[in-house]
Amino acid sequence: MMEPFESTVDVTSETYRRQREGMLDLVAQVRSLEARVRAASAKARPKFDARQQILPRERVARLLDHGAPFLELATLAGYRQDEDDPDKTIPGGGSIIGIGYVSGVRCIIVASDSGITAAARPGGQKAVRAQHIALQSRLPLINLVESGGANLRDYQMEHFVYGGEMFYNMARLSAAGVPVISTVHGNCTAGGAYIPGMSDYVIMVRGRGKAFLAGPPLVKAATGEDADEQSLGGAEMHATISGLAEYLAEDDADAIRLTREVMASLDWGRSVAEPGHADEPLYDPDELCGVVPLDYRRPYDMREVAARIADGSRWSDFKPLYGADMVCLRAKVGGYACGFIGNNGPITPNGATKCAQFIQLCCQTNTPLVFLQNTTGYVVGTDPEQGGMIKHGSKMIQAVSNATVPRITFNIGASFGAGNYGMCGRAYKPHFLFAWPNARMNVMGGEQAATTMSIVVEASMKRRGMEMDPGMLAAMKQEIVDLFNRQEDALYATARGLDDGIIDPRDTRRVLTYVLSICAEAAGRSMHPNTFGVARL
Amino acid sequence: MAFEKVLIANRGEIAARIARSAKALGLRTVAVYSEADAGAAHLATCDEAVAIGGLSTAESYLDQEKILEACRVSGAQAVHPGYGFLAENADFARRCHDARIVFVGPPVEAIALMGNKAEAKRRMVQAGVPCVPGYQGHDQSDAVLREHAAEIGYPLMVKAAAGGGGRGMRLVTSAAGLDAALQSARSEARNAFGSDELILERAVLHARHVEVQVMADGHGHVIHLGERDCSAQRRHQKVIEEAPCSVMTESLRAAMGHAAVQAAQSIGYMGAGTVEFLLAEDGQFYFLEMNTRIQVEHPVTELVTGLDLVAWQLRVAAGEKLTVSQEQVTLQGWAMEARLYAEDPFDGFVPQTGTVLDVRWPQGEGIRVDQALAAGMAVTPYYDPMLAKVIAWGPDRDAARRRLLHALEDAAVLGVGTNRAFLQALLRHPVFVAGKATTDWIDGQLMLDPPRRPEASEVLWALAAVLFHVRRAAALPLAPGLRYWCSALDMDAPIKLSCRERIEPLRIRAVSPNVFQVSRGEQCDAVQEVATIRLLAPGHAGVISFADGAGHRNTVHAAWETSEVLHLAATGFEGSFRDVLMLSPAQRGGTASGHCMAPMAGKILAVKVEPGARVKKGQALCIIEAMKMEMEVPSPIDGVVQEVLVQPGLQVKPRTLMVRIEPAGQEAA
Repeated sequence: MMEPFESTVDVTSETYRRQREGMLDLVAQVRSLEARVRAASAKARPKFDARQQILPRERVARLLDHGAPFLELATLAGYRQDEDDPDKTIPGGGSIIGIGYVSGVRCIIVASDSGITAAARPGGQKAVRAQHIALQSRLPLINLVESGGANLRDYQMEHFVYGGEMFYNMARLSAAGVPVISTVHGNCTAGGAYIPGMSDYVIMVRGRGKAFLAGPPLVKAATGEDADEQSLGGAEMHATISGLAEYLAEDDADAIRLTREVMASLDWGRSVAEPGHADEPLYDPDELCGVVPLDYRRPYDMREVAARIADGSRWSDFKPLYGADMVCLRAKVGGYACGFIGNNGPITPNGATKCAQFIQLCCQTNTPLVFLQNTTGYVVGTDPEQGGMIKHGSKMIQAVSNATVPRITFNIGASFGAGNYGMCGRAYKPHFLFAWPNARMNVMGGEQAATTMSIVVEASMKRRGMEMDPGMLAAMKQEIVDLFNRQEDALYATARGLDDGIIDPRDTRRVLTYVLSICAEAAGRSMHPNTFGVARL
Repeated sequence: MAFEKVLIANRGEIAARIARSAKALGLRTVAVYSEADAGAAHLATCDEAVAIGGLSTAESYLDQEKILEACRVSGAQAVHPGYGFLAENADFARRCHDARIVFVGPPVEAIALMGNKAEAKRRMVQAGVPCVPGYQGHDQSDAVLREHAAEIGYPLMVKAAAGGGGRGMRLVTSAAGLDAALQSARSEARNAFGSDELILERAVLHARHVEVQVMADGHGHVIHLGERDCSAQRRHQKVIEEAPCSVMTESLRAAMGHAAVQAAQSIGYMGAGTVEFLLAEDGQFYFLEMNTRIQVEHPVTELVTGLDLVAWQLRVAAGEKLTVSQEQVTLQGWAMEARLYAEDPFDGFVPQTGTVLDVRWPQGEGIRVDQALAAGMAVTPYYDPMLAKVIAWGPDRDAARRRLLHALEDAAVLGVGTNRAFLQALLRHPVFVAGKATTDWIDGQLMLDPPRRPEASEVLWALAAVLFHVRRAAALPLAPGLRYWCSALDMDAPIKLSCRERIEPLRIRAVSPNVFQVSRGEQCDAVQEVATIRLLAPGHAGVISFADGAGHRNTVHAAWETSEVLHLAATGFEGSFRDVLMLSPAQRGGTASGHCMAPMAGKILAVKVEPGARVKKGQALCIIEAMKMEMEVPSPIDGVVQEVLVQPGLQVKPRTLMVRIEPAGQEAA
């Protein structure tokens, strides 16, 4: 039996208390933004009541199994993209996505948050991400659709072109053997009509659900025909004449009931048994809010974090005496084996080779990898360059890229420079990527960027025999610092879909247990793919 | 003893009760069971059990041949008949004697004589026992009965001569109602007892039902064990009995006891018997009838006398002498018994059937429960709806009453509706508290302002929601840390509970694995706090201990009929909760359809409509017999009868479609 880790953090200290308070403030900020989204959506209640509809969030609440976990993803996507004022922006991207249980089946849900005004509802970025997760993790997908319709004055050609990926993905899901259920609560016009069209199962709400390639105005414009909405694309028409809808729901509530019924009828079930008993960590995961400094420049031992995530706070520490900047631990979380890779500072050549080797060993034993990012990047300077930093760093990036096991990334402090690549950043397509609210991400620090710039500029001026005005230089430096810093914080990254959401650090063990179980279930499920996807003939 | 193995020709609580005393006397015990009782709890109380087949009582417990055969098969040398069934069947007693099997009861002649009210009354008049003026002649023509009725005067009682237990009995207040009463009493008597002979008696109004327990041995020794007051009756069915009687005096007890002993002696009685009297307001008492068996309410006498009546029945039957003298009989304190029935006291006392999901019986000083119920047992329409007797003893009447009241509050029978709350209401009623109940109290004064069905409290609604939530969460194979967890801002789980007519949209949030906040709201945006529930132990069934937000602790009993139907029993409440959130529009619409379904299992006695008939909502469509009751099944809507799918004699299951009605205004032109 491996010896448990012995923490050196004093949870009664002033430092701990201050760090915890700071982190809880950041969590509270995230929660208040989430609450703002919900309040904004709920404002539409009178409108929904008048149409005898239920609110989008209520649809999700009713869809989900009681007592089951719900991992809501990307809750703050779109932050300050609708409206720059941090006090007014409505994040969320106009949709609710998450992984939960419906009729005992774990699946991924994409619900239009149609209570949110159209301005705050950009394209389908979150929906596309959900599709990728569905495909990769073999999770049935449920769409609760109520499109607000595109604002023709906001037309952008590339959105139209890239928007097609949504339907491409649906075709791939169907062919891969991952069922897609779409429940149409409102309009599905033009491109939107292909959401039900491409789904394996369609449930439409009588009187409210509509799908047409062209609504009455466009039909009038294109052909001169005076068509009414219901015969053009009403739910009843689709359920009885066109055959687009498999199920006709009487109202929103009934549609949710039918969706649960359809999911239950698939008998998708579970393909892998849950692991048996798992020890709780010896150190309370709740302490994750206090054990780390909020300022990434202050180093700490990543094992203090792992001790509050791993079962029994125990692991097998891989090569602890070699490349000590890279912490590699074989541990279990919620009973699932995984390999932790964490940073104790900038990555050295030895750290990089150790990491690459560890990744390959984990692939050899089919052990999922968990990256705990907290690095300002690969070390620079003559010694590391001569020590082969580029070559070893490249090997590490190569190992990360080609790893054959599920990879899960947490940015819990800093994700800078090529460290972001080597530690499985977004571009390396980890299965899941979450950030703590204190996380920072940048190509380099703003100060370093500004200093670099000023040195380069001064040198260039000097070559031309000119002198740089110190005031101008300072202003220029500040501009660079601002530019970098503005893009560095966790909200900026999550706003752009560069992670799957900001989580409460205290939930890290839960999140990891949950996604490891998703990965295990996906790996254990035998799929029944077909060549062309299921066709509605 | 003259025998060492006794067969108990009965079922339910009395079979269990008899087995207890028989075993204590060192006797082997044999139970019998019908097809419907294969899972009954009384079987386990005996050493062995013989299957006698049959669903109906006629095919099983009333089938003398089968009982005698069971004696032969098991080698039982004695039969204890309990009450009901063959207990007062002289023919059966005779056949036992013929088969050299000891019948634990009085001589055949005594049974036969007391089995006929008319004959019994003639004998009692002869023996000088005071009787109610009336007619008990052989001539049963309507004309003669009418004539005597006029002579006796109104109000009067029409009674089946062979009857008992209130069946075939009618109160007639004026001459106008006599013919109808005669007709219906005759028909009921013929159905129930196979004889339609009637007697007429002057109705003694505002009287008490006071009965005297007697015990006689085969050697001429007869004693009485004091009285029981069984005035708390509903439609002649006893509900609460007590001993002694609150208006009893020493001299009156001596007089009534003497009359009872005289009655027993005059017919050469042996064993346990009960002489029933009406005690009028003026202190006069009149012989009603004699029950030649152990009574349902015998425990109250046992608790105040300290004697085991069943044991003495067995000993006397075995030829032993009754070694207790009249002087040795002393009455200690007070005892009170409540009969727990499977019926809905707030909906016309309709018999309730179903499967017992769980039972809990009260314990404590002076508490006795006679019962034979167990989880999983079916309460069927084939037998008497009495489920159990809860009995309390106390040093005085009010102590016994309070103990009984609290015992009933603590009792729980889940899965089958009971009259528990009604019993509680009776025990709290000022008339009863004052000891002033007369036989007409419940049907008369009480029903003018009948007790109301207790509603579930807010906390109980919240608890029900929490138990649903906990059960659902437990059904998923989840790591404990993941249960109830939302990664983003919490989301409440919506549920819509219905309990009878009330529907509550509730929302549950798990604050921790055992603390839940329950709020009310149709949707996620507007919610209002209802209660915080802390479960003090994990689980969602059985005894649930919990605390509300203020730390106020309580317990309720919970059991699941299905994953979607939760039964709760609390101090004053019992009922079931169903989650209707996910019902289809057709299910939730609740608009009455024109489908008239059988409300319970039973036998169709009559169909009152034909296809094409125009009916009004509430109009009787057919009559169904279940649990000894004849019930009219009303039309759910106004309309025209399209189809009748049942005929008299047909045995139906619950929800059998009986009559189809086209709603008014929709019939084809």
